[in-house]
Amino acid sequence: MKPLISIIARDLRLAVRQGGATLLALVFFVLTVTLFPLGVGPEPAILARIAPGVLWVAALLAAMLSLDRLFQSDFEDGSLEQLVLSGLPVGGVVLAKIIAHWMTTGFPLLLAAPFLAVLLNMNGEGFTALMLTMLIGTPALSLIGAIGAALTLTVRRGGVLLSLLVLPLYIPVLIFGVSAIDAAVHGLNAKPHLLLLAALTVACLPLCPWAAAAAVKLSLD
Amino acid sequence: MFQGQGIACDRGERRIFSDLDFSIAPGGAMVLRGPNGSGKTSLLRIAATLLGAADGRLLWNGSEILADIEKHRTRLHFVGHQDAVKGALSVWENVAVWADIRGAGDRCVDAALAAFEISHLADTPAQYLSAGQHRRVALARLVASPAALWLLDEPTVSLDAEGTACLRRVIADHRAARGIVMAATHIDLGLDDVELLHLKLP
Repeated sequence: MKPLISIIARDLRLAVRQGGATLLALVFFVLTVTLFPLGVGPEPAILARIAPGVLWVAALLAAMLSLDRLFQSDFEDGSLEQLVLSGLPVGGVVLAKIIAHWMTTGFPLLLAAPFLAVLLNMNGEGFTALMLTMLIGTPALSLIGAIGAALTLTVRRGGVLLSLLVLPLYIPVLIFGVSAIDAAVHGLNAKPHLLLLAALTVACLPLCPWAAAAAVKLSLD
Repeated sequence: MFQGQGIACDRGERRIFSDLDFSIAPGGAMVLRGPNGSGKTSLLRIAATLLGAADGRLLWNGSEILADIEKHRTRLHFVGHQDAVKGALSVWENVAVWADIRGAGDRCVDAALAAFEISHLADTPAQYLSAGQHRRVALARLVASPAALWLLDEPTVSLDAEGTACLRRVIADHRAARGIVMAATHIDLGLDDVELLHLKLP
C-alpha cells in the first residue's frame, strides 16, 4: 500500500512543479463552457435548458485532453519501465497513476463546475445533482481514459487515435451524468441515474486498471 | 545463483539468438559482448522480465523466475538506455522517489549521491544537468535501494573517466556483498574475475 501512495505523491509533486498541464485542462473546461453563452445567445431559458449537457460535454473533452500525459512522459523517459520493475503489481501502479490523474484533473473540474453552472443559469435544484454526478462520474473518465492512453503509447502522435478510442467509451458516463442533473432540475428523482453512474464507475474500478496494465506491458515489449 | 537455460529471443519475426545458457554465482559478474544487433539489450530485458523469452527458462537459486515475476522484480535493478530522470525534480528527489517506491525509504540516498560524486548537486533541478550527470543520477539508484541483481545496459554511456571509476567501485562493493551483475558494455569496465558472454549476429 505504501509504495502506491509514494507513486501518487510523486505524480502529484510532478503535476505541481509542472503546473501548466493541470491548469490547461481546467482552463479548457472554463473556456469551452463560456463559449456557449456567446454562441447560443444570452437567452437565460435556453442556457438553463442546455447547462447540464454543456457542462458534461466540456468536462469530458477537458478530461480527454489531459490523458496523453497520464503515461506518455513516463514512457518516453524510461520511468514507466522502472515503475513496472518496482515489483508492485502493474495494475496497482496503473491504478495509483489514475488516482493521481483524477486528483489533478477530475477534482479541479469538480470544483469549477458549480461556478460555471451559475454562469449558465442552471436551475438551483440541479446543483447537488451536478456535484454528485461530477464526483461519481469523473473518476470513470480517468479510469476509462487510462486504457486509451496505455494503448496509444507506442503510436506516434497518438492524440487523435486516443480521442477516437476513448470518446465512444465516455458516452454512458455522459448519458447518466446529464440525465441525473436533468431529473433533479425537473423535480424528479435523480437517484436511479446516480446509482447507474455509480455502478459504471464501480465496474470500471477493477476492469480499467487491469486492461491498461496489459497495454502498458505490451508497450514495453 | 542466476541462471538461464536455452534462452531464445524473437524480435519481430526474426530469431535474434537461441539456446543461450548462462549462470552467474553470487558475487559474480557477466559482461555481454557482441556487435550491434546481436541481442545484448534483448537479453538484459529478458533477464529483467520486461521482454518475454521465446524459449528457455530463467532460474534464481534453482526456482523458476516466471512463476513469481513480481518477486524477481523486487530483487533486481535495471539501468537501461533511458535514465528515468525527471527534470522538474531535484537530484536528491529523483533518487529518493525510486528508493521510496521500492520500499527502502530515503536512508541511503545521501550515500548514493556520494558514491557517484554528485552530492553537491543534490538540490539542483535535474533539467540543468549534463548527460553524464543524468547518467550518474540514474546509476545512483543502484545504491539507494538494495537489490541482489544488477542489470546494466551500456552503463558507461556519456560517463567521464571519474564517473566510470565511481561505477567500478560501486560494482566492486556490490559484488563483495554477494550481489550479481550482468552488464552489456563495449569498454572495459576494469572489473576483476569477469565472465564474458559473446553474442553473435543471427
